[in-house]
Amino acid sequence: MKVFLMFRDHDFVLDEGIPENAQETIQDLELNTLFRAVAGGDDFLLQVAKGAVLASLKNRESILYRQEVLADCLAFPDIARDLYALAVDAIERESRIWGWFALSSPDSLLHRSVEALGLLIGLLERLRKLADEHSSKFRSEGFRWFFGMATQELSDSYLQAVKDHLVRLEFRGGVQMSADLGRDFRGSNYTLHSLEVEALGWFEQVREWVGQITRKDDSGLSFDVDPRDEAGFRALEALRTEGIANVAIALAQSSDHILSFFKALRLELGFYIGCLNLRDKLAAKQEPFCIPNPLPEKDEVLRCQGIYDVCLTLNTAERVVGNDVCGEKKALVVITGANRGGKSTLLRSFGVAQLMMQCGMFVPAREFHANVCQGIFTHFKREEDASMKSGKLDEELSRMNAIVERITPRCVLLLNESFASTNEREGSEIARQIVRALLEKQVKILYVTHMFDLADGFHRQHMESALFLRAERLEDGTRTFRLLEGVPERTSYGEDLFRRIFQAEPESLQPTAQ
Amino acid sequence: MPTNPANRPAPEPRLQSNPPAITPGNETNPDASAFHSILTECQDVDGQSEIQEAPGFFSDLNLDQIVGTITAGREQYDLKPLFYTPLKTVEAVHYRQDVFRDLSGNFRLLELVRSFAERMREMRTLLAISEKRYYKRQKQAAFLDAVETYCNTVTVLKEGLLSTGPASRGFQALRGFLVRYTGSEEFTSLKKETERVRAELAKVRYSLHIHQGRVTVNRTDTEGDYSEEVLRTFEKFRQTDPRSHRFKVPLSIEMNHIEARILDLVSALHSEAFARLDAYCDRYRNYCHQLIARFDREVQFYIAYLEQLEQLKKAALPFCFPGVSSHSKEVQALDTYDVALANQLIHARKDVVKNSFCLNEPERTLVVSGPNQGGKTTFARTFGQLHYLAALGCPVAGISTKLFLFDRLFTHFEKEEDIQNLRGKLEDELIRINEILENATANSILITNESFLSTTMNDALFLSREVMKRIAALDMLCVTVTFLDELASFNETTVSMVSTVNPTDPQQRTFKVIRRPADGLAYAAAIAEKYHLTYEAVKTRVGARESEVNES
Repeated sequence: MKVFLMFRDHDFVLDEGIPENAQETIQDLELNTLFRAVAGGDDFLLQVAKGAVLASLKNRESILYRQEVLADCLAFPDIARDLYALAVDAIERESRIWGWFALSSPDSLLHRSVEALGLLIGLLERLRKLADEHSSKFRSEGFRWFFGMATQELSDSYLQAVKDHLVRLEFRGGVQMSADLGRDFRGSNYTLHSLEVEALGWFEQVREWVGQITRKDDSGLSFDVDPRDEAGFRALEALRTEGIANVAIALAQSSDHILSFFKALRLELGFYIGCLNLRDKLAAKQEPFCIPNPLPEKDEVLRCQGIYDVCLTLNTAERVVGNDVCGEKKALVVITGANRGGKSTLLRSFGVAQLMMQCGMFVPAREFHANVCQGIFTHFKREEDASMKSGKLDEELSRMNAIVERITPRCVLLLNESFASTNEREGSEIARQIVRALLEKQVKILYVTHMFDLADGFHRQHMESALFLRAERLEDGTRTFRLLEGVPERTSYGEDLFRRIFQAEPESLQPTAQ
Repeated sequence: MPTNPANRPAPEPRLQSNPPAITPGNETNPDASAFHSILTECQDVDGQSEIQEAPGFFSDLNLDQIVGTITAGREQYDLKPLFYTPLKTVEAVHYRQDVFRDLSGNFRLLELVRSFAERMREMRTLLAISEKRYYKRQKQAAFLDAVETYCNTVTVLKEGLLSTGPASRGFQALRGFLVRYTGSEEFTSLKKETERVRAELAKVRYSLHIHQGRVTVNRTDTEGDYSEEVLRTFEKFRQTDPRSHRFKVPLSIEMNHIEARILDLVSALHSEAFARLDAYCDRYRNYCHQLIARFDREVQFYIAYLEQLEQLKKAALPFCFPGVSSHSKEVQALDTYDVALANQLIHARKDVVKNSFCLNEPERTLVVSGPNQGGKTTFARTFGQLHYLAALGCPVAGISTKLFLFDRLFTHFEKEEDIQNLRGKLEDELIRINEILENATANSILITNESFLSTTMNDALFLSREVMKRIAALDMLCVTVTFLDELASFNETTVSMVSTVNPTDPQQRTFKVIRRPADGLAYAAAIAEKYHLTYEAVKTRVGARESEVNES
């Protein structure tokens, strides 16, 4: 029994297909905020969200497959949540069945397995019922497959046969078994028979009789072990449990198999439940979202309306500013402008939206069109390396080196103030060489930079495939957090901030001429 | 927050804090002055209570790594707060330096203290076992062991201090205290009673008879070992059965309820011995003297630090006791180095580069510029580490060091952008530097590392100059690492230091930072070459993989 809600033809495996640069992507794009919102306080959903978002799908078809399933979930959130609750219920209730004790003896393992199977069969029946009631409403290929499979595999006659076994396995009439005599004359090859015979209670009688004739009185101090003391009498149970060991193990394996089906269901559906959680949070703030339009990877499109940083909005009470960007046939996007103008935010918005699109989610924008990419890489400015192996520029270059080692054509690279750790002239030169080479290798690049020399250089080349965005700053110095198309300008208005924070007029307001 | 919460009024130094507590007949004892702590001569003064949180500059200066290395494996002593609490007076610094001199110059004393610590750890382990045990009798057994260990350990320490002749005020006071304590009624009765309880319990013997559900215990003598005989007889039948192994229950080290009931019967048969044990455990519950427990913890401050010095010594790295002043701002250090970095380099068997600096009147600020990867940040950290460790009373890296005892230490290092505070990076930096300048005094030290990188050069230069003006006005000691050569010749209080490279091979870095005017040369392109990130290299690398993909 397969779930197949994440892929048309195979299981979704957590932590499979996670790129090596995942940790950096998480850190640079502040993805943990997104994961937490998707999880809604559930650690398991957090892991699912993390696994799904990071393991990007690499082609349009598989994205569209998930988008369809997601559309069903968005249309019938209650049914999706019921189904998910069923899987969670199965796993949680199963785990509460005195599991810690089960491995101590075959007897307890057997009892545990019978109980677990009884529980799981009940839940499979509920799953069948859900399928019977609702399957006709669902449109996606994924759900049609899933409900069809449930109806077919969990027929009434099959469920009844399982229940009959469970009754016999309780051994109400006792355990009957046979055994060979081993080389040391001890019993071996114990075989269990399903003869249902009334327990005789002979053992207790014999024990009592032997006790009476051998007990002798002496001057010491003594005590009796309570006949209900299971630990004290466990040795007497050894023979019986030897006989049921094999059937206990087989039964335990069966219950594990059913359990793993529910685990797969929880895992795959968990992704969509996470999407619903996020949808609820965004809807509560009246932030827009849309099902994105993934385009063929050669298209080099980045066109969107009202795109915003989903992590930022999740951290603030107010709605955040959205941006419209129109990039057709643009391989390079250069973002410049005032400090605190929303540049990094926009860069993160793009990165997060691309990742969300490529795992089949909706995206935080009113409209989003972008070509599918083969991977997303980030190179953001970092705090000093704690291991001190290198200076800052060295550290930046070392990370870039690792990126170049892995990046392939048709990937996206997000650069946030990269190479600003050396002076502007040198930083620009290093960046220029890398950017030029990667563009020629069909890597799409989005670059936030203060380096006027660099940004202006690209602008003066009149590159057709470059798009220039600039943080808007009004005459009086206020930032709108809106980014508009615009060519790079020379200053970043650090003086504004200085005056406000130091609350004193600096002695010279004239920037020193270079 | 680059603030130091220890900014409280410094306590007045007390030369003779308490009248010496002299016991009768002991008037000639030179160690008779009262002992409080091996870390400080004065009894706890409010201003000196321990700081629990690492100061804000700790990670910037990699002091967290240094203290992490020093305290690693000593978590039980909770030493970190001792390293978070710098001293405020020169007198207090000298008290600790003297203890350090004793321990580093007298091998027998060091070994004595180490073995004391070892035995005290054993004692605490026994007490922990005693705590953990479920049954009362098991608890008592571990407790008795612990007290025996304690009595021996204290006695050995006293004898050792009498024969090794320590020179520091700290150890002499401790010796005086131990002589008085081991001669006291409190200690001698503890020791005598422990020996007596032990001797009586050693005489107890009993027999055990188990039949079906019945267990019988009796006073008796033992015969030959039958179980060994049985084991020998059946040894040849032994084999393993993997299937049954699946269900084996591991044996508990804890007594089970049957054993416990047996022991109860044994103690009923030997009631006098066990009654004495009960009374003993009750009476001596708090046997450990508070000053001994305190010494046990605090002396680890020295031992741990010296252990780290031992590593540096092996790598032929110098260290010394710094001259510390609270009024002269003329500071210097020769052949000094970053201890955190040295720890790593020694581990990797690499050479450690040493640097020197000095500031003479009226100089206050070291401006460090020069090529990347030249050791600028390391140099700035070294300056901060030296001053901080000196203020703890510790020996420091280098030779012939003269350092300033600061009131507060501040760092201004680049921080990663934090989405939570919703401020731009530049704004964040300005707010932090403003806070620092508002809290700093003429006796503070400030270390800034490449401020204002997230804006254009024009802006950075403008902002740096404004900040430099304010630093100069405060008259504080300062180290500034910067790319802006213009700052190196700011005014007569600034000294230019430059990181250097090998002139014949720009990629070869020397990590030497020397005093000379900034020359404006940087070698970033050479470094790009090193990482194969030039235009040609990047094209070839990504291109090569493209063809791999196409082929497969």
